[in-house]
Amino acid sequence: MFAILSVLVILPFYAITIASFKPGQELIRYGLNLKLDFSVMTLHNFVFLFTGDNSYFVWFFNSVTLTVVQVALTLLVSSAVAYGFAAYDFKGKNVLFICVLMIMMVPFEILLLPLYTLTYDLGLMNTYTAIILPGVASAGTIFFFRQYLIGVPKEMIAAGRVDGASEYGIYVRLIVPVMKPAFAAMGILNAMQSWNNLLWPFMVLSDPGKYTLPIGLKTLLTPYGNNYDLLIVGSFFSIFPIFILFLAFQRYFVDGMTAGAVKG
Amino acid sequence: MVKRFLYSQKVAPYIFVLPFVLIFLVFWLYPLLNSVEMSFQQTTLGQPAQWIGTDNYAKLLGDTIFLKAVENSALYMVLTLIILIPFPMLFAVFINYKFMWGREFFKSAFFFPALTSVVVAGTIFRLMFGEMDGSLMNSVLKLFGAGPVKFLKEQSTGFVALVSLAAWRWTGVNILYFLAGLKNIPDEYYEAASIDGASSFQKFTRITMPLLKPTTVYVLTISIYGGMAMFVESLMLWNGNNSPKNIGLTIIGYLYRQGIEKNDLGYAATVGIVLLLATMIVNLTQLTFTGLFRKEE
Repeated sequence: MFAILSVLVILPFYAITIASFKPGQELIRYGLNLKLDFSVMTLHNFVFLFTGDNSYFVWFFNSVTLTVVQVALTLLVSSAVAYGFAAYDFKGKNVLFICVLMIMMVPFEILLLPLYTLTYDLGLMNTYTAIILPGVASAGTIFFFRQYLIGVPKEMIAAGRVDGASEYGIYVRLIVPVMKPAFAAMGILNAMQSWNNLLWPFMVLSDPGKYTLPIGLKTLLTPYGNNYDLLIVGSFFSIFPIFILFLAFQRYFVDGMTAGAVKG
Repeated sequence: MVKRFLYSQKVAPYIFVLPFVLIFLVFWLYPLLNSVEMSFQQTTLGQPAQWIGTDNYAKLLGDTIFLKAVENSALYMVLTLIILIPFPMLFAVFINYKFMWGREFFKSAFFFPALTSVVVAGTIFRLMFGEMDGSLMNSVLKLFGAGPVKFLKEQSTGFVALVSLAAWRWTGVNILYFLAGLKNIPDEYYEAASIDGASSFQKFTRITMPLLKPTTVYVLTISIYGGMAMFVESLMLWNGNNSPKNIGLTIIGYLYRQGIEKNDLGYAATVGIVLLLATMIVNLTQLTFTGLFRKEE
């Protein structure tokens, strides 16, 4: 049963792989299918992707830059916040934690318009700052890190204090190393989100030179006709970086996810 | 002196959570309050706003296109809940079974679709469910002597495509959540049940399901959120925010249409507030019903 299901899950990947070797007219005429017809297959799409007159690799490197910066900042900020919640008792802690849970339950999309006007008022239109900033204290990531850190013994923190480490020194030298599996899990999930994010960056960015991959690919679809040659091979190619990242960290990813576990 | 203050055990926690507080206030609470304010105004970008009381709300209740969007979002949410909770739970139980062959492979295989962007996944599914005779789905129908079908022109078949897309992308992620939950169930429970002569089915309903409840509640909560807030999937499948007879229009799609495409920010904000209330009501009911509030925390 699982074998059949896995084949079904893999089929769309197979279809897009062979489609990237077919000319765009084939797709317009027949749609996406599983026919392996060597007489029509060509390297034309790949040649055009790498050597033709297109912005694909500008978008590609924009996406790489944005993803790296966004993931690094999100992990740094969210883990510090989560440590604050997990390790200390302080006034207002419960109220603040309810705020975290509230963000998790309210669709981000309803804030699109006020965020849009705010970005406009702050003069942040067309900047990556506007994309990165609202997400650096990611509620889901904070929640996960906190669950993970609750499992860390308080004695470790106390021992750090006895050894004369400062509060921040304890976090940097003792806690961060313990969080490695959690960083791997949340790193992949955040990288996936950042690499694939469409809606908010699409609203913020207007300069084609700043477009990310999903926005760039989307611009290939227009009401006046679709550039399927580039779209299909570009889509096919865009999966690889995140795919490789996942395979490289897969072991830590699953461990990290299960170690933090959802305890409700 | 300042350093000693900042480094004290009393102040340190506030320094740690400060970034969250700032971002919460600036990028969450302020926009939310702003949204509430806008919903009582007639306002467009760059123009002074006018207070119009509850006119937007009154207009919204009689807006048949909005009601169609609500219907679509609700239907999508219910269908994704029916598919994306029981099946991933069962699959996780099978994959968790220690003697199963190839479990690592299945775990990854099911997860791969989640790595694709909605642009890529949407394009693939739009072409697979294309109306041409040769498209993947129509070729399958042909095998059974049916079709061809213009999938994206009708509500029912359009939703088949939309829900397939959701099932394809999210089954693996939910399997992973359930696997995490299963790891927390001690093996002794199952051993004890075996000694008492319990069947596999009894073990599943009496041990696995009750102990997976926190995970199920979590997956349910994020799925309700995801279902109600769906927009980009529909945007990609129909190549724009306009589907025939609005069969693919969602609540966020309507918010986007009013706010960005028609620049009626006040009315769009009203759509957002109504969605916020609806999501909160559904989720709080669900959380009360599943008994989350009765637990320790």
